[in-house]
Amino acid sequence: MSRQANRGTESKKMSSELFTLTYGALVTQLCKDYESDEDVNKQLDRMGYNIGVRLIEDFLARSNVGRCHDFRETADVIAKVAFKMYLGITPSITNWSPAGDEFSLILENNPLVDFVELPDSHSSLIYSNLLCGVLRGALEMVQMAVEAKFVQDTLKGDGVTEIRMRFLRRIEDNLPAGEE
Amino acid sequence: MADAVLFEFLHTEMVAELWAPDADPGSGGKKKSWSVLEGLGFRVGQALGERLPRETLAVREELDALKFLCKDLWAAMFQKHMDGLRTNHQGTYVLQDNNFPLLLTMGSGSQYIEEAPKFLAFTCGLLCGALHTLGFRSLVTASVTALPACKFQVVMQKS
Repeated sequence: MSRQANRGTESKKMSSELFTLTYGALVTQLCKDYESDEDVNKQLDRMGYNIGVRLIEDFLARSNVGRCHDFRETADVIAKVAFKMYLGITPSITNWSPAGDEFSLILENNPLVDFVELPDSHSSLIYSNLLCGVLRGALEMVQMAVEAKFVQDTLKGDGVTEIRMRFLRRIEDNLPAGEE
Repeated sequence: MADAVLFEFLHTEMVAELWAPDADPGSGGKKKSWSVLEGLGFRVGQALGERLPRETLAVREELDALKFLCKDLWAAMFQKHMDGLRTNHQGTYVLQDNNFPLLLTMGSGSQYIEEAPKFLAFTCGLLCGALHTLGFRSLVTASVTALPACKFQVVMQKS
């Protein structure tokens, strides 16, 4: 009985590590393929965006969350539902701007960076930049144009990892003239 | 704990990114793309293998290693077991998956078969890398007859 249970946890662990190890291999490959850290950061963001626009469907199907009425609700859903579902962590939400259009996600632990160290030659690399693209792509599919960027990174010696999210504008559906 | 679906999304995007879009029609370009993805898979397979508990690493028999791939590794990656394992008992194994998850995005039948190899390269490398950590050197190839079914052929190499 306990052997079965061990197998189950082992499986889950391998499953989780599969993603983080694959991500690490990808970043390494991109660093070989592109000249500068900035280029790698851009590719990661772009790839993340492509993933985000499809991941949102998986998220909406599995989470059953309704439409968010404001950016605060969106923040809650991102931190407490989405991050929990996909990465098994719940970042805290802090540093709201007075206008309510900006906030920070604080990740005590970033699962992507287990076993990762940034060499000095790649000090400008934003290792987890895929996440920013994913957030941007996913939110665009629910009519929100946002900006997401890392402002603190444990890989760079900061105490925590912080993603700053900024609401830019609502994306209206473009309906042809004459349709309601 | 990263959700399993993240790997599938990442894999699809990796194939789109790393399979050279302007690979020359001759075998040269395609081969390079395959090697890149296969190489990534190998490193990941090795790393995964290195994290296994000692009992699992103490596998002595070839067949046990293959069973591990078909059950434990496949379950961890795709939440299912391999559908079939055949061997000629002389070091060649054919692993059959009738519903390979990384091919599911491509519809079924034979329409997109030419595109299929892109989606198998990483996994071939991963199987090879995992076997390597278990102490076995191998050559892994894959073939698709009708989507989403595919076969992985593992030929053990004598060291």
